[in-house]
Amino acid sequence: MTTPLLSLQGLTKAYPGVVANDTVSFDIGAGEVHALLGENGAGKSTLVKMIYGLVKPDSGTMLLRGQPYAPPEPRAARADGIAMVFQHFSLFDALDVAENVALGMENPPAMGDLASRIRDVSETYGLPLDPYRRVGDLSAGERQRVEIIRCLLQDPKLLIMDEPTSVLTPQEVDILFQTLQKLSSEGTSILYISHKLEEIRTLCDHATILRLGKNVGECIPAETSAREMAELMVGETLQTPERAGRDFGAVALDISGLSVPSPSEFGTALKNLHLTVRKGEVLGIGGVAGNGQDELLGVLSGEISTDAEAVKLAGEPIGREGPTARRRMGLLTAPEERLGHAAAPDMSLTENALLTGSVREKLEKRGFLKWAETQGFAEKIIKAFDVRTPGPDNAARSLSGGNLQKFVIGREVLQNPDVLVVNQPTWGVDAAAAAAIRQAILDLAAGGAAVVCISQDLDELMEISDSFAALNEGRLSAPRPTTELSVDEIGLMMGGAHGIEVAHV
Amino acid sequence: MDLSEINPVLLIASLMVAATPLLLAAIGELVVEKAGVLNLGVEGMMIIGAICGFAITVETGSTFVGFLAAALGGAVLSLLFVLLTQVALANQVASGLALTLFGLGLSALMGQSYVGVKPPDTPELNIPGLSDLPVVGPILFSHDLVLYFGIALIAAVWAVLKFTRVGLILRAVGENHDAAHALGYKVIRIRVLAIMFGGACAGLGGAYISLVRVPQWTEGMTAGIGWIALALVVFASWKPWRVLLGAYLFGGITVLQLNLQAAGVAIPVEYLAMSPYIITILVLVILSADKSSAPASLGRIFHASH
Repeated sequence: MTTPLLSLQGLTKAYPGVVANDTVSFDIGAGEVHALLGENGAGKSTLVKMIYGLVKPDSGTMLLRGQPYAPPEPRAARADGIAMVFQHFSLFDALDVAENVALGMENPPAMGDLASRIRDVSETYGLPLDPYRRVGDLSAGERQRVEIIRCLLQDPKLLIMDEPTSVLTPQEVDILFQTLQKLSSEGTSILYISHKLEEIRTLCDHATILRLGKNVGECIPAETSAREMAELMVGETLQTPERAGRDFGAVALDISGLSVPSPSEFGTALKNLHLTVRKGEVLGIGGVAGNGQDELLGVLSGEISTDAEAVKLAGEPIGREGPTARRRMGLLTAPEERLGHAAAPDMSLTENALLTGSVREKLEKRGFLKWAETQGFAEKIIKAFDVRTPGPDNAARSLSGGNLQKFVIGREVLQNPDVLVVNQPTWGVDAAAAAAIRQAILDLAAGGAAVVCISQDLDELMEISDSFAALNEGRLSAPRPTTELSVDEIGLMMGGAHGIEVAHV
Repeated sequence: MDLSEINPVLLIASLMVAATPLLLAAIGELVVEKAGVLNLGVEGMMIIGAICGFAITVETGSTFVGFLAAALGGAVLSLLFVLLTQVALANQVASGLALTLFGLGLSALMGQSYVGVKPPDTPELNIPGLSDLPVVGPILFSHDLVLYFGIALIAAVWAVLKFTRVGLILRAVGENHDAAHALGYKVIRIRVLAIMFGGACAGLGGAYISLVRVPQWTEGMTAGIGWIALALVVFASWKPWRVLLGAYLFGGITVLQLNLQAAGVAIPVEYLAMSPYIITILVLVILSADKSSAPASLGRIFHASH
């Protein structure tokens, strides 16, 4: 066997109270697409940060082409031909594309030369980009292209990609995969981190599965079923959410002819939006992030006020009502951003339970707070939704993403809403917790509530929603029953491939 | 009232002098804010620069050494801000206010024996031929070197921020410190250097007041110029040439209203005295109505958590 490009041997990294990586070993061959699979908190990010020189391992060694490799900082890793596309984009909104690319390079050429090289590479790989556009004005897919091109310009030997497809349409995913396959045929190795198993099965040659910081198994993804890989990741048998057949009742929520500008500078205005949701129905709203999801949630929650008649709850005009009035009337919302929007990070779970629950759970009386009842409500959420925390006095910030998400969703579900609106309910949540959240949403709908689920995870929407509509540049497509739809049709509803073309070299 | 007493050439020449302290302090703060740090201690660093420059000039007899000491004094005081905000991760607003109060108090203590002393004159440029030209001579060729240095500094900061890699990295750190850290840039080190540069510039600006503009030492003699500098950076939309424009506007109206007072214009003195502040801010507010906005990480504390 030839020497692998990168060989990890017994890497261990401990943080106070948690071992992020425990003697992890595996090899990545030249030109191989290697998947790194694992739930949130399994230690994938820590592992790639060690490879990229952002974190130093406590013990263990790495060999690059047979030579000891211990990058003290990212620029050393880049000099050795290792490039990384980050999960949360490491881009600078106020700078233009060329400046962003230059910041990720060791010895960037003069700006003029760099711009023409960006054009060359972007055309070669079918990822068109204007070097002088401001990054803050780009779509999520285009922003990812900036990151990829930044890496490609350095002629990497190993490209690390951390959950790259979470922000792309199916067509954009196809094009990304073609780019990656082309790279791998040219001899570039790719370390591909994801928890989307079908993607890994189509793309990757080899997979390593991490659980709680340990390497728990390796497999050839093409020969392993998605379910087997999922169970290796989770370490237990997975429950698929059950949906009972049910009849829909009267119209619970009705939006007609709604147009509002976005409150934020880089946001998307909503244009002539229509939707209706009946009692017992789950409406899934797909679309790439930044196409008006946040604005739609704002309109429904009452953070953005509209014409009174534009939004109706059970026939009552509520467009001008604020969030508290809407909660009283039975419309509850759970926004996407857990820390800072759905929950106040430094306040305890009890206090966070009060923040949205005070109206419907009657947790205040003449301006005074009923702490005992509030704590009881928080404990009820923790128990019902299996939130792993020492108790309701802990700060929201101290919970892992998945646990906090269970708390945030549970807080709304337990208030018995007539209409529940959730945005990205399982974003960054591990498979077991995601299944629990989806089941809770389905149970709520079975009990007669109307649910609007905004998500970028198409598998999730197909699993739980009765009808599907897509947001594209602030416009909402007409909802269609989920059972009639194919993935291609959904992709087209989401706006196709946003001007990307297939690599043509 | 006799407006003909106002000599436009002398007016322009003296507005450049009046604007220089503000210009120096503001360009320093601009660099600090571009790196994502909000240092409200400009006033304190200026007054420390004023007394350091004054005392050292009086002791050594050399204004050059004096200005050097002023820059050093401002930079040393800014290290206190560094310690609070970059090492101890304290709140930048509170630390900056504390720095101003501390600087005002410390300068009063240091300056006790210098009240009423007259410093040596600061040498002015004298190019035979050029400096004697009518109109152009007094305006362009007969100032002290620090004034020219201030204008050159504006040009240099503009060029560095726009054209060089150092400037790009500095802007990147101010825009998104987490991303800059992920790419391997030393966020704290870059910010410390920017803060010290800001301190040195504020110190120079302060010394320009005590050595050239006034020239003498009195307690609290910076009289709010540091605060105007802070406002100027914001209203200039973090653009160096607009800082120059704003500073000259402020200096110009300050000098003009003094001249108008002397000429006995029938406007109450209070209105004249407030006019530089109001007009400068009004003009810059109108100018700043374009798209450019503050560095996105401005005032946020950076902590490399992983």
